[in-house]
Amino acid sequence: MQERNYDVVVIGAGAAGMASALKVAEQGLKTAIVDREPFLGGILPQCIHNGFGVHLFKEELTGPEFAERFIQEIIKSDIDIYLNTTATSMAVHQPIKQINLCSSQHGVFRINARAIVLAMGCRERNRGNLSIPGTRPAGIFTAGLAQRLINIDGYIPGKRVVIVGSGDIGLIMARRLTWTGAEVLAVVEILPYPSGITRNIVQCLNDFNIPLYLSHIITKIEGKDRVEAVEITPLENGAPNYAKTFKVACDTLLFSVGLVPENELTQSAGIKINPETGGPQVDTRLMTSAEGVFACGNVLHVHDLVDWVSDEAQRCGKELINFLQGKTEKIEQGKIVVGSNLKYVLPNKYRLGEANRFSMRSLIVRDKATLVVRQGEKTIRQFTLRHVKPAEMFHIELKPEDFKEVVINGELLPIEFSLS
Amino acid sequence: MNSKVYDVAIIGAGCCGASIARKLSAYEISVILLEKCVDVGFGVTKANSGIIHAGFHHPLTSLKARLEIRGNLMFDQLHYELGFPFKRVGIIVVAFSVEEMKTVEHLYAQGVANGVPRMEICGRERILSLEPQLNSDVVGGLYAPTGGIIEPYRYVFALVESAQKNGVDVRTHFTVEQGIKDGDYWIVKSREGEEIRAKYVVNSAGLFADEVSKSFNAEIYKIIPRKGEEFLLQRNARGLPNHVIFPVPGAHTKGILVIPTVEGTLMVGPTAIETDDKYDIETTSQNLETVFMQATYMVPAISRREIITSFAGLRPTLKGNDFYIEPSKIQPHFIHVAGIQSPGLTASPAIGEYVKDILKQEGLQLVEKKNYDPFLPHPIKVRELSLEQIEQVVEKDPKYGHIVCRCENISEAEIIEAISKGHTTLDGIKFYTRAGMGRCQGAFCTYKILKIVSRETGIPIEKITKRGDNSWIIFKRLQALAENTPET
Ligand SMILES: Cc1cc2nc3c(=O)[nH]c(=O)nc-3n(C[C@H](O)[C@H](O)[C@H](O)COP(=O)(O)OP(=O)(O)OC[C@H]3O[C@@H](n4cnc5c(N)ncnc54)[C@H](O)[C@@H]3O)c2cc1C
Ligand SMILES: Cc1cc2nc3c(=O)[nH]c(=O)nc-3n(C[C@H](O)[C@H](O)[C@H](O)COP(=O)(O)OP(=O)(O)OC[C@H]3O[C@@H](n4cnc5c(N)ncnc54)[C@H](O)[C@@H]3O)c2cc1C
Repeated sequence: MQERNYDVVVIGAGAAGMASALKVAEQGLKTAIVDREPFLGGILPQCIHNGFGVHLFKEELTGPEFAERFIQEIIKSDIDIYLNTTATSMAVHQPIKQINLCSSQHGVFRINARAIVLAMGCRERNRGNLSIPGTRPAGIFTAGLAQRLINIDGYIPGKRVVIVGSGDIGLIMARRLTWTGAEVLAVVEILPYPSGITRNIVQCLNDFNIPLYLSHIITKIEGKDRVEAVEITPLENGAPNYAKTFKVACDTLLFSVGLVPENELTQSAGIKINPETGGPQVDTRLMTSAEGVFACGNVLHVHDLVDWVSDEAQRCGKELINFLQGKTEKIEQGKIVVGSNLKYVLPNKYRLGEANRFSMRSLIVRDKATLVVRQGEKTIRQFTLRHVKPAEMFHIELKPEDFKEVVINGELLPIEFSLS
Repeated sequence: MNSKVYDVAIIGAGCCGASIARKLSAYEISVILLEKCVDVGFGVTKANSGIIHAGFHHPLTSLKARLEIRGNLMFDQLHYELGFPFKRVGIIVVAFSVEEMKTVEHLYAQGVANGVPRMEICGRERILSLEPQLNSDVVGGLYAPTGGIIEPYRYVFALVESAQKNGVDVRTHFTVEQGIKDGDYWIVKSREGEEIRAKYVVNSAGLFADEVSKSFNAEIYKIIPRKGEEFLLQRNARGLPNHVIFPVPGAHTKGILVIPTVEGTLMVGPTAIETDDKYDIETTSQNLETVFMQATYMVPAISRREIITSFAGLRPTLKGNDFYIEPSKIQPHFIHVAGIQSPGLTASPAIGEYVKDILKQEGLQLVEKKNYDPFLPHPIKVRELSLEQIEQVVEKDPKYGHIVCRCENISEAEIIEAISKGHTTLDGIKFYTRAGMGRCQGAFCTYKILKIVSRETGIPIEKITKRGDNSWIIFKRLQALAENTPET
């Protein structure tokens, strides 16, 4: 089998993969980026709406525009690009890692590398994951697939559409479908509040008079060959009230019910997964349980904004460089404890002597929430957050002087985050 | 009308019709297999548990038990010749009380009388060593190592392909509506407006065998559908057992089973509920509860969070609950293959043989073909190859290196092969290749497959269906694009 040698291989060429590859290549490291698709950019090229880059570039770009800025850099750089190329397996628990790849252009080949960046993105949850009763006709799509069909391939999936889930992709698709001439009849959300951001509720639903049914679920799908109707039922005190079930005739059903990090490759290589995020466990270096294997972007945890993906990916690149230069090989790290009302904190380690940035998700919806950071019994910082909700990730930074070096039984005293 | 003339017409391309067709393809006769759906195997056969039963559940007094035992024994040879996925993983019946152990002993005795080889009665320790995932309250059970699992649609596709290779004509989109006797021949008319002639007609129309019988003025009977819901969990799901796990059976059903499928996913089900609607394949939330309650009682580690899809199938049952495989007493040269409920899949190879013998008794001349070839080349599946092997196939055809379905690792070359075998719907390709059957259920590969089908067949994307009839996928092209750019 053909073998090629690199310092770093980046798997996935979306926002995360591109930003991290650029960062490491900047330092003169011999870098390869691989993607199974025939283009660079990952999910971005199909997101033709605007709203990307507000934090990073201070302007509102569309997905393709945002991607283009990185793509141009990649093309100008010394990074070797392998498109139409799938990473199928890897051996990572050794200093020189082996990644096996498969493509129609290069055949089967192996890359040997000193470090790996996992940037494989995520996939969408689907009908099966929700176990919705009824028939199994044509006309059931995930929102991302519908987006791809319309925006890249130019195909409209249906005429009369019901959307399940009020996540941002579903909201964006409600507007996009309306623009193609389709009729969006309902957006159905199980939670009592929308999952997507307020701006999208206003601009994608309200402006087009599309009804949003909160605390409602789809209780049945009907149709022999193609979707013919769905039954929608309100939830009252947590249980469906079937007396109030109503039927909506439609030919298409779109699911926008969440994303799952794409980690089969990671898992089969024996890297540990964090059950809360669905991504690999990482320390403060964004390094996984396998030394020299890093992760960033949606493969690590699902992001709402691409800006945070790029940001995390650049940090990941920096950490990788430091690691290869032997600077962080033996740094001391303390544990993070996830306290009340938080789903996860990432990374779940902290380190002394420098600023630490954490991403986290709330389990509650609240205005003016307080985030308390404790080290042992002592409260070391407190943050007031304007608004928290599960759908919006937030970030905080702790300064070097926030931590005390307290060692108990040979370990740094854990830091606990809790939200109230 | 100048219609084509055959010795035998078989109505229905499920596992029974396909087995009969393949069996008859070994003889010097002309045979046609008629199917109303867009593809073969899309009836009852595509939605079942895929188990090759060992043969201890029914007494030999029933025809279904005799054909079940015989059918089970035939699968090794068929697998060798045709290469569809099949494994003898063994069946375990688990008992949770002394009462239930009595039933186990009865099943054992019945199995021994039926001639099921190598069965064992197991105590608690033995059963837990065979299947460590079982609820530790288990008291014992039955082990039948000859039970197995297959992929039912792959099995039917292979049977039909083999039959075609040996000269059988296959017609899909041919919904038999009427049979008229004209001298020595049946004129078989379709709803689509075509007709063929045949000396003998075999009615293996599954759920619709009663309607077909009536339209040939043969016996009147009623097929009662008995619905079964199944839930499919992801590959390497928690609780994935080594064997097929059965509870101690109830009066009419074998109960809720835990099945390690031949492709490494986990299936639980089926329920058994009579319905009067032959199109009722809805799944329900109540049944989800029932199925998981019973399944997790046997194997506690199973989690419904790992469900990737669910489906329902209808068993075509007759009063008396046995198979009805006989020549008509009213209409000469019309053979019933009806009431083929479970274990119809297991029995199907034996049904092929049995129907051949009936045809012979009814006067059909059977001379063996000299050039009969029972073998099919085994299709290349990238997911089953080593890196070195993949390297070799990619060298010959680079399309083996292009992975289209990321969840199941299916290459473009495999999709093209399915299309070249006539499977041009999304479901046909899915059943042939497994593309779209994994965790993401087609979210990533659907558009790629649509494009490949369109490119290979010339069918516009808007005309491709999920499974024929009105199951369209794309409504239309965006206007601006349709006017300015050619299709990609
Ligand atoms: C449908 C959708 C709409 C969105 N809308 C917005 C928005 O409006 N505003 C906003 O700011 N953010 C939005 N986001 C979020 C943001 O765009 C994403 O979070 C970000 O682009 C993710 O980047 P990524 O690199 O982590 O993943 P991706 O872009 O998904 O890239 C992952 C890449 O890895 C490749 N890959 C995976 N496995 C392998 C393998 N084994 N071998 C080779 N290649 C592999 C994939 O082909 C893919 O190209 C949206 C996200 C989605 C999914
Ligand atoms: C939930 C469930 C689980 C099961 N599990 C098992 C198991 O584990 N093991 C086992 O051995 N058995 C099992 N069975 C039973 C098994 O699936 C059936 O016995 C078997 O598939 C029946 O095959 P068939 O060929 O008779 O019917 P079908 O597969 O239905 O074939 C009949 C064909 O005839 C066609 N047709 C109908 N009318 C016409 C017409 N007018 N013109 C032309 N074509 C027509 C139909 O489209 C269909 O393709 C199960 C059944 C169910 C429902």
